[in-house]
Amino acid sequence: MRLLDIANKKIVLSLVLLPVWFLVYHYLQPATDWLIDDILGMTAGSHLTETLRFFVFEVPKVLMLLILIIFLVGIVRSYFSPEKTRKALEGKSLFTGNVLASMLGIVTPFCSCSAIPLFLGFVEAGIPIGVTFSFLIASPMINEVAIVLLFGLFGWKTAAIYIVSGLVIAIIAGWIIGKLNLRHWVQDWVYQSQFGNSDSENEKLKFSDRIGYGYNAVKEIVGKIWIYVVIGIAVGAGAHGYIPEDYMAALMGKSAWYSIPLSVIIGVPLYSNAAGIIPIVSVLIEKGAALGTALAFMMAVIGLSLPEMIILKKVLKIPFILTFAGIMAVGIVLVGFIFNYLVFL
Amino acid sequence: MFRDIPKCLINIDMEIKILGTGCPKCRSLEKLTREVVEKYRIQATVEKIEDITEIMKYHIMATPALVVNGKVEIKGLIPSEAEILQVLSKY
Repeated sequence: MRLLDIANKKIVLSLVLLPVWFLVYHYLQPATDWLIDDILGMTAGSHLTETLRFFVFEVPKVLMLLILIIFLVGIVRSYFSPEKTRKALEGKSLFTGNVLASMLGIVTPFCSCSAIPLFLGFVEAGIPIGVTFSFLIASPMINEVAIVLLFGLFGWKTAAIYIVSGLVIAIIAGWIIGKLNLRHWVQDWVYQSQFGNSDSENEKLKFSDRIGYGYNAVKEIVGKIWIYVVIGIAVGAGAHGYIPEDYMAALMGKSAWYSIPLSVIIGVPLYSNAAGIIPIVSVLIEKGAALGTALAFMMAVIGLSLPEMIILKKVLKIPFILTFAGIMAVGIVLVGFIFNYLVFL
Repeated sequence: MFRDIPKCLINIDMEIKILGTGCPKCRSLEKLTREVVEKYRIQATVEKIEDITEIMKYHIMATPALVVNGKVEIKGLIPSEAEILQVLSKY
């Protein structure tokens, strides 16, 4: 009998690893308690014990969630490509286009360093700039890493709120940019150049190839961000054990309305990835910061980044970029207010 | 497994281009490609293209990309060494 070929091995390996994953994940909490309380024999409730317990439990938990979700997202993304997304968006009316572009922004494989070729490719296909922007806003803001961390550290409700708010901001900001008709603030060469349409269609992939995409995504993304996760959780664990409850209430609580715009102003130039910022934000919330304020801070850091704006300068004139940043900032502040004052969870 | 490819199958005068606007991913693809070319003594020129109008001529919407003799072979991701070798050994 011939040995299994590489393709089938990948599928079999996944089928074996999946139950192992669930088993380990299920016993993570008791194993942590056993390690801290019985093996190390630490006094429950002391600062150091609770800091250590938080760290020992959260790091493997979040990393395991990241590995599973990024693997699955990698497989899902293999069904999408910028070319297919462009095709789907061609000829869509403004609002429908914004909604569709924002949602495709979540699932289309895209890194912000490809923003320029993608922008030009969309312009070439006659996709309105507002629709393109819905894509460019949703894609970095609602990413799988942010969703996993929010789910792991806050629960599914907060993760869902984040996704919905991100979508709404992407749809509305893109729609406004479309309505403002900022074409004259696009660099002149963009419309002068003709690149011709791309005809490259993805070849048919086998399912084992898609699983390979999943493994690659894990290797690439988790390989890059695990250190931020560990550092973020270490800082979070320290704060969890040592900073008193309600410490942040005065500074970032609901009563401090000004903390929302302030968080956004501080958050925009701060450039971090979701992996580093969310564990810290989770502790801010635990210590009394309001959810809306924390959410606004998070969105400003993840969704609005200075390096990306500098990249966009190649195709957009400065007033366009400022308008874009302004619309985003206002949108994020509004989301913060809505969650602090209108939504009670 | 790829070590066994007879040298004559790896064509001479291969023109490899790496398309990318200078992001970290593009640099790693360039580095990896050069390593593969050197390691397996592939007769090829490797050129990095950073000019966006030049890049757009290849109709790609995701960087980095690997172009061999004018044909886009890989785009939007960093392939493994084996994948690069597989692509190059076609020529």
